Amino acid sequence: MISYMPYPVRIDDIVVETEDGNQKTFKLVFENEAHRKAWRHVPGQFAMLSLAGQGEIPIGIASSPTEEGHLLFTVNRAGKVTTALHQMNIGDRMGVRGPLGNGFPINTDMLGKNIVIIAGGFAVTTLRATLLSLLARRPDYGKITFIYGARTPGMLLYRDELKQWAQREDIDLHVTIDREAPGWDGLVGFVPTIAGDVAPSPENSVALICGPPIMIKFTMPPLEKIGWTDDQVYLSLENRMKCGEGVCCHCNVGPTLVCKDGPVFTRSQVKQLPIEY
Amino acid sequence: MKVFKITPAELDAMIQEWSKAHPVYAPALAKQPAASPDCAPGWSRVDGNAPLTLPVGPPPASVKTFFFPQPETLLTYTLENNHPDKGLMREPAKSQGIQVVVGVRPCDARSVLLNNLPYQEDPFFQANRQRTALIGFTCEQTRSTCFCTQMGGSPLGSEGLDLVFSRTRDGFIVEVGSAKGEALVADLDLAPADESEISALAARRQEEVKASSTELDTLKGRELGKLYDAPLWQPLGESCINCGACTFICPTCYCFDIQDEVVRGQGRRIRYWDSCMFPLYSLHTSGHNPRGQKVQRTRNRFLHKLKYFPDRFGPFSCVGCGRCVQDCPVNIDIREVMTDLLAVE
Repeated sequence: MISYMPYPVRIDDIVVETEDGNQKTFKLVFENEAHRKAWRHVPGQFAMLSLAGQGEIPIGIASSPTEEGHLLFTVNRAGKVTTALHQMNIGDRMGVRGPLGNGFPINTDMLGKNIVIIAGGFAVTTLRATLLSLLARRPDYGKITFIYGARTPGMLLYRDELKQWAQREDIDLHVTIDREAPGWDGLVGFVPTIAGDVAPSPENSVALICGPPIMIKFTMPPLEKIGWTDDQVYLSLENRMKCGEGVCCHCNVGPTLVCKDGPVFTRSQVKQLPIEY
Repeated sequence: MKVFKITPAELDAMIQEWSKAHPVYAPALAKQPAASPDCAPGWSRVDGNAPLTLPVGPPPASVKTFFFPQPETLLTYTLENNHPDKGLMREPAKSQGIQVVVGVRPCDARSVLLNNLPYQEDPFFQANRQRTALIGFTCEQTRSTCFCTQMGGSPLGSEGLDLVFSRTRDGFIVEVGSAKGEALVADLDLAPADESEISALAARRQEEVKASSTELDTLKGRELGKLYDAPLWQPLGESCINCGACTFICPTCYCFDIQDEVVRGQGRRIRYWDSCMFPLYSLHTSGHNPRGQKVQRTRNRFLHKLKYFPDRFGPFSCVGCGRCVQDCPVNIDIREVMTDLLAVE
């Protein structure tokens, strides 16, 4: 049986990620030890963040299963529930219902492959979780290429971690911003351009692409030019959701339910669907 | 399966007997007060003291309300300041005991089985199924809007019913359809039905099978893209006013919204009937709406019933009760939509 009852959690820490203050990462700890032990997720899954009196919102899980004892969610302030969440403080109680959805195939299709991760803006959250999971068992995967872009240096998420990853020899990291900015000596240019310049080989490779629809649209042609096929490319869809368990029907794209069949789909699967996402 | 026979007077006595132990509901014959804790909308509490009267064909309100009540409390909490449990979500009080629904038509009984497919793992729906006994009456007469035989049903169907009453010359024969039904007649002293009446009913059912059509089944094998891009949706979407009436009266429309409701510091999370006819249904917080156009929403409702649901679960999500045909303010007729879909090249 499914359950509509969230696990009670406390906010253990809040990090303001971006210069506009609209992205905050919430570190949540379970109130009940049994819930902490029962929780199992894979990167790419999401959960309902549940605020009494406000409602629930589906948010990608930003922490990797390898980070035990707590969960991380990076939340953009946009609507009713996210605005209320942004006003909450360390120590406050809320709920988490999940994990929900399928997640990235880190234990199946991605094993032994070269992994290309392409992220734009705050869609990087579940890809951070993925990268950490890959690094925790680095020998199980081939070359890892991580391309991440934001509008400005101050809009990049997880800046401390980006610095750490840049030091590592076993990640080919490319962080870019849209336009020149004072104090920025890294890459400048949109994600599709950088993806074209990096030109990751499609051979024995899998790509995970998350970002605004327009970024995904323009990232595909340079990849296709060098031989990437739709079966190798994994995307994560979003739609309005209520139950997250495949019952309430809200997130349907044709016969497919984003919450239950997804949110992760190959690009070939997405192409079979009506454009209702 | 046990089969009994009873007279109309015995039926009323039976209802009297049941109403002593359980709430018993029958289709409401008149307008009821808007909010009475004792009656589901469109259904009245009955006690058998007045003879049972049923409308021809399906009653205005389907049995959906007994399995998927409007609203249903999913959880409760307090937001009182300084309360140690502030914000802690709790299981709601569950409704207890059997409820008996009398006067259920075969189409509505099938709708419960169809809705059970997506709700297989839903604890609230399953609890309501457990506690609800459906007492069915096969249809002697049908309405001009009825089309259950096109949807795999029959006016004489017994699927999903705990007891099935069928008219005979001087009363009813009663078929026991489940253990729940068996329990409801166990203490009553009922006479077994005559062989001739049992075989007469079986013969009538055979006739109905011959009259039923499986033409629509060919839709299941059709490629979605062709049906999705068919020109029929444009004129249909233009006439539809997206009022949502069809979705609320539909026994097999089962989608819901979830909202929090707080009154004087006491909160609850409820789910209630929603409709894919409304733009808010699919609206993203960003302002993007995947089904922002009326035509997209109209198409979604029909394709959900006739293509998406069968692709996922097998059967169509429609029982042919005809309520939407009867109540649509702009005369959209799902039977015409089905004909047009079958004609799509």
